[in-house]
Amino acid sequence: MTGPAQGAPAAPTPPSGPTAGKLIQTLGGLGAVAGLIIVVAYTATLPRIEANKARVLAAAVDEVLGAPARYDTLYVTGDSLARTRPTDGDPASLETVYLGYRADSSIIGFAVTGADPGFSDVVRLIFGYDPRESRVLAMKVLEEKETPGLGDKIEKDTLFVAEFRNAIAPLRGVKRGKGNDSTEIDMITGVTISSRTVIRVINQTLERLGPVLAAHLQGAPQ
Amino acid sequence: MSPAKPSTATDDFVRCLWKENPTLVQLLGLCPTLAVTNSVANCLGMGSATMFVLVGSSFLVSVVRKWVPNEVRISAFILIIATFVTVADLALAAVAPGIHKALGAFVALIVVNCIILGRAEAFASRNPVGRSVLDAIGNGIGFTWMMLVMGSIREVLGNGTWLGFRIFGENFEPWVIMILPPGGFLTLGSILLVVGAWKHRQSERLRTRDLALAQEAA
Repeated sequence: MTGPAQGAPAAPTPPSGPTAGKLIQTLGGLGAVAGLIIVVAYTATLPRIEANKARVLAAAVDEVLGAPARYDTLYVTGDSLARTRPTDGDPASLETVYLGYRADSSIIGFAVTGADPGFSDVVRLIFGYDPRESRVLAMKVLEEKETPGLGDKIEKDTLFVAEFRNAIAPLRGVKRGKGNDSTEIDMITGVTISSRTVIRVINQTLERLGPVLAAHLQGAPQ
Repeated sequence: MSPAKPSTATDDFVRCLWKENPTLVQLLGLCPTLAVTNSVANCLGMGSATMFVLVGSSFLVSVVRKWVPNEVRISAFILIIATFVTVADLALAAVAPGIHKALGAFVALIVVNCIILGRAEAFASRNPVGRSVLDAIGNGIGFTWMMLVMGSIREVLGNGTWLGFRIFGENFEPWVIMILPPGGFLTLGSILLVVGAWKHRQSERLRTRDLALAQEAA
């Protein structure tokens, strides 16, 4: 506790106050206690946080593929899909798709995630896709920070979400009520930018991954 | 009441519920009060997270108050507060992921909530552990109930629901602006106006009564 330079009783008393050692000791000690508390909290909550994330994703895959009997996780490696996680490359940019099967092992289609900036922040969504008919099965927004009450209708407006059921890609956005074939999506009035973002994310993702997904199914047993 | 009288433990607890309410009177912690009060559920999440950080950091600050030299006290307090905020962040993500997602960056921003550093500096660093915790609980409740008032007004008017339950008929057209940022300012302003007017009338009434008493005595 006693710092240096406190040796002989000098006649003129040095300016009182804690020594540098004491200050470092205090902050270091508190830092150690803080670190301990955080590590305990982190390890205690990690399994539940991971489980929450997995549950959200599983529920989303389940929803956009129409309750598949099971699904495989596939990793996008260049222009093919791999069943095992590739060891090289940046794990953060690794893309995964989910291939869903019915109870009789026939293929339903892929669940694919995509993201692009919307009106205020990146819109992240997942959609079901059957490359054999270029058909979008369903769409679910995973993450958005669009204007509450307006932009967030891309997630909450059931009519809009239902538009993506069995739509044929590439999609085109039209004014509500004007859509007459299955490539046209009725957009939400007043939510043009956010609606367009959803359509753009799906089109861009399919432009990039569509051929890869189709090629994978041609190689796989039906 | 009077500054001469030493405050009791009950005072520590009760003081910040109304008379020195952190939001209503001290106007502290307005950032979360304006930003996340667009639904009652968010207010509950934010209120409990803030309460947890307040109580935890007041407790620890009070425990170590005799060993922390004056020179490093702010850094020490911030370190303690940041620790509890990290714990609250992790706990909220584990227990209520929906609310954690809705609160976004505002959970991490509890670190810079003036109420917490204010109580650490003004109260917990000078008072025994028990009273510091009481003071923190009082402040936490004072902050949370004001958030809930704001959240109730905004969610009911802006969305037609309270804690997710629909309380108006189908024909209610929500005032969307109330759950947007301007709604926060409008609501807080109106609450402060009403409370301010009420307090003003109270003090006027007291003053005229005192005046009448003085005249009577004369």
